[in-house]
Amino acid sequence: MIDPNLFKTGGSAEQSPISGLVYGPLLNDQDSIEWLGDKLLTAPYKALPKAPILYIKPYNTHVGHGAIVYLPSGVAELEVGSTLGLVFGERASQVSEERALEAVAGYTVVIDLSAPHQSLFRPPIKEKCFDRACPIGPRLVNKAELPDPDSVIITTFINDEVQHQRNLANLVRPIPRLIADVTEFLTLYPGDVLMVGVPVNMPFARAGDRVGVEISGIGRLECLIDSTS
Amino acid sequence: MRTARVKYNGIIQTAIVEEGSLRLADGQLLAEENVEWLPPLEPRTVFALGLNYADHARELEFKAPESPLIFLKGRNTFVGHRGQTPRPNGVAFMHYACELTVVIGREGKHIRPEQAYDYVAGYTIANDYAIRDYLENYYRPNLRVKSRDNTTPLGPWLVDVADIPNPLNLYLRTYVNGKLTQEGNTRDMIFDISYLIAYLSEFMTLAPGDIILTGTPEGLVDVQPGDEVVCEIEGIGRLINTIVKE
Repeated sequence: MIDPNLFKTGGSAEQSPISGLVYGPLLNDQDSIEWLGDKLLTAPYKALPKAPILYIKPYNTHVGHGAIVYLPSGVAELEVGSTLGLVFGERASQVSEERALEAVAGYTVVIDLSAPHQSLFRPPIKEKCFDRACPIGPRLVNKAELPDPDSVIITTFINDEVQHQRNLANLVRPIPRLIADVTEFLTLYPGDVLMVGVPVNMPFARAGDRVGVEISGIGRLECLIDSTS
Repeated sequence: MRTARVKYNGIIQTAIVEEGSLRLADGQLLAEENVEWLPPLEPRTVFALGLNYADHARELEFKAPESPLIFLKGRNTFVGHRGQTPRPNGVAFMHYACELTVVIGREGKHIRPEQAYDYVAGYTIANDYAIRDYLENYYRPNLRVKSRDNTTPLGPWLVDVADIPNPLNLYLRTYVNGKLTQEGNTRDMIFDISYLIAYLSEFMTLAPGDIILTGTPEGLVDVQPGDEVVCEIEGIGRLINTIVKE
């Protein structure tokens, strides 16, 4: 059991910097679709996803930079879902692809933590919605500071060692298309965050691990994984 | 006590329900047709149950689940009593779903089933419409089916927990254009209110404003633009909604 005072950070670990809800798309990158391959064409899936398949990280999951995240009961490791978060500053409803970025105020780092699970058939509520399963931060960057959000590099560190790195070159729905297809049926409000997506095969973190996700132009969001007392 | 949220003269306010009329804070008594109804609260986290009535699971040809099938809804989907819900063009099957909705009133985690009702503020009605054409086999049912703009009527008002001593023996009915099309009783819930509060709070902290839509019994019928859909729950009231073209 790690003494929480050993993990010193700036900013507020308990308070996420955003006020709204966090949404994310499943399988929004071509590498993941290819890696899963024929599995997606057989039962229970029987076809590739057509429309954006979204999930929600509810309010109890939101924490800020430097948080301690406790493993849920019976879970030994968490999948680290490193992703870019689009922070909305305006209401966005049925926006066109051409105007999609107008509603975005800026960007942040989101770590979508999940208890390990194989099936994508049912909404993974227990796996993705436990307390503190969504660190957000370390800061919000204005849109003007990051004019090419699709050119960022996302690096995942565990205990300061690089475990994963990706770019956003092969999204199924690039950012403007993602915003247009989501807001076609689901209005996003100021303060809401839309994650760009998490690929399969992300690294796992265990009790005692310090997790860092760095996005070029934004910074590094960190959290500490601990077992429940 | 029954409380509603309404907009009158441009002002959003809470009203107390007195025999079907609304008493505003300034003392005015208004008929329900003379205000704009909002959802009785702005929900925080929204949990909804699929396949939580044994007869309904049979209707959709599934085996009743061993653990609850839960999905979440976003902030965008709620519309108040006497509101309108769009039916997308070109879909084959859009149906209603009358659901007893539990409103959490107290923060808690690791809530034991026998304590569950200590955390309940009250009840309201939800109409958990679904566009079955948009179902896919990923995170099913997904948000495109169940969290569409203005597609979850909520209301008409919030009834205090103390006013419904037995929420597990209430009739639920849906009427389309005055014709009864769905009928059931909350005693047929597979996973009941205590179970759900204990189950969710085991891994999540529940907080005031969280709501749980507890599922719907059999009797799902397609609805078309112009249809008036009324979801009625014994002890709570009648939630009215009209389907419009998208």
